[in-house]
Amino acid sequence: MTTTVHTKSIQDAQKKIRNRRIRSTVIRYVVLILVGIIMIYPLIWMIGATFKDNAEIFSSLNPIPAKPTLDGYVAAMENYGGKINIWGAMLNTYKFVVPEMVFTVISCTLTAYGFSRFNFKGRNLMFTIMLAMLFLPQVVLNVPQYMMYKDWGWVGSTLYLPLWVPSMFATESYFVFMLVQFLRNIPRDLDEAAKIDGCNAMQILVKIIVPMLMPAIVSVALFKFMWSSNNFLGPLLYVNKPAYYPATIFVKLSMDSDAGFNWNRILAVSLISIIPNITIFFLAQNQFVDGISAGGVKG
Amino acid sequence: MSKFKRFCKDNIGFFFCIPWLIGFLVFKFYPFCSSLFYSFTDYNLFKGMTQFTLKNYVNVFANDTERTALIVTFKYAFMTVPLKLVFALFIAYILNFKIKGVNFFRTAYYIPSILGGSVAIAVLWKALFKDDGVIHTLFALFGATAPSFLSDPNWSLFIICLLRIWQFGSAMVIFLAALKGVPNDLYEAASIDGAGKWKQFFSITVPLITPVIFYNLITQLVQAFQEFNGPFIITQGGPMGSTTLMSLLIYNNAFKIYDMGKADAQAWVLFVILMIFTAIAFWSQKHWVYYQDEGR
Repeated sequence: MTTTVHTKSIQDAQKKIRNRRIRSTVIRYVVLILVGIIMIYPLIWMIGATFKDNAEIFSSLNPIPAKPTLDGYVAAMENYGGKINIWGAMLNTYKFVVPEMVFTVISCTLTAYGFSRFNFKGRNLMFTIMLAMLFLPQVVLNVPQYMMYKDWGWVGSTLYLPLWVPSMFATESYFVFMLVQFLRNIPRDLDEAAKIDGCNAMQILVKIIVPMLMPAIVSVALFKFMWSSNNFLGPLLYVNKPAYYPATIFVKLSMDSDAGFNWNRILAVSLISIIPNITIFFLAQNQFVDGISAGGVKG
Repeated sequence: MSKFKRFCKDNIGFFFCIPWLIGFLVFKFYPFCSSLFYSFTDYNLFKGMTQFTLKNYVNVFANDTERTALIVTFKYAFMTVPLKLVFALFIAYILNFKIKGVNFFRTAYYIPSILGGSVAIAVLWKALFKDDGVIHTLFALFGATAPSFLSDPNWSLFIICLLRIWQFGSAMVIFLAALKGVPNDLYEAASIDGAGKWKQFFSITVPLITPVIFYNLITQLVQAFQEFNGPFIITQGGPMGSTTLMSLLIYNNAFKIYDMGKADAQAWVLFVILMIFTAIAFWSQKHWVYYQDEGR
């Protein structure tokens, strides 16, 4: 008799625990799905809206168009001021994004290697300054940099000089910092072995460090690509001929010139302008995650 | 070996850092100093400079426009940063339970952060919150009338904040990586001691990841103080200056009326304020940030 009561109470307790576990699991999924909808719905809506006509866009919340139309995309191909269309603008974007990406990778890798593998006079001071630059907001530098570039004749440069030349000099501390964090995890024994085999510092970098650092370097390149193709203020200040406008400026101008009527066109232009970014994100998600985690976690 | 060669060999690391040093001096240090210098002048891009003056600094605190912009910047930062961090930590915490499809959710939450800085997303935000926009349609569905978010000064700033809060994904990814590093046996020990999930969260999880909370706090703070794209594209600083952050005011002064001195002074005030907050955060570290290495 006592044993049956005992097993019964155990069974009850187990059931209770199981129910509680199921309940909290359900709550978790409900929260995740609700938040997920809030995160994603705007983007899905945007994609749907580009295929709607202007009468339909704001009349229903359903992202699937009732009467699908390509009007938005047809209108999106129009020239702006007879000078440039969305494809031209996107091409312009990559004219400075690609050099910026390549030079950032090279200069930041060199700097991170110098800081993390060698000791030299003034290293600690320089390293501290480099880290302090993480806290120097660009907003303080915009005005004086503009004046400097104006003196140099770089404002309105058709080669986009102010946008990519600084990247040759490891000006983005965030990336140097990120690479330094990754470099810490690459054992020094390998450098030492290569040194004994007669490699000089440059050969060690190219043959040993870079291959092992590749995931981090890819992350730097990807983030740089995203950030500089989103750069709006830079082109706003330094590009002043419509034929040279990059996509960010083009999208902003399309929005202004339509004054809120042709929303399917505006949204189509916007969506086209970020298709490369969306594609790259889906192809290389893990690199983004690893890259951004490195700064915060291993530090 | 000659002395020079010896010197080069001992300091070879320095040569790798030369590009950075040049970049620092030319693109950071010189502009930084010159902006301090010009902030004490009446330098105009086209008229040049006529005199030294303290007027620029006095005006930042005396003029209504500038004071408002400072207050708006504070409101923006103190609404955006905490909400973003709380959301990011909360969602990361849930994702860290053995959730099926964790990668799917992580992707969904992370996309807005990656795309969010673009002009395209600012345009989308305008389509969502404009009068008769998507959110208005949503309200109408429930028979309610939505306020005019973008033309009502009580709402406009919040909508701009919301754009950034929506981008909590990058902070979340960092938190998630940190949470994975919290050893499981700590939780097991706590649950044997009878600590519930919430108790575990506040007495194990949070203390152990304070360094990461601190890192996110600082980076988000620096970012918040220089927000530009959102308010510039969505509301142009309006209505009635309710979304004119300092960064917009600086832009307007420098590139619309070419008053570089004034803009430089405003930038410096913003910089000093940000430095004060950063310093407070760093100083307060010893009271709440727990570094594991110290314990060993």
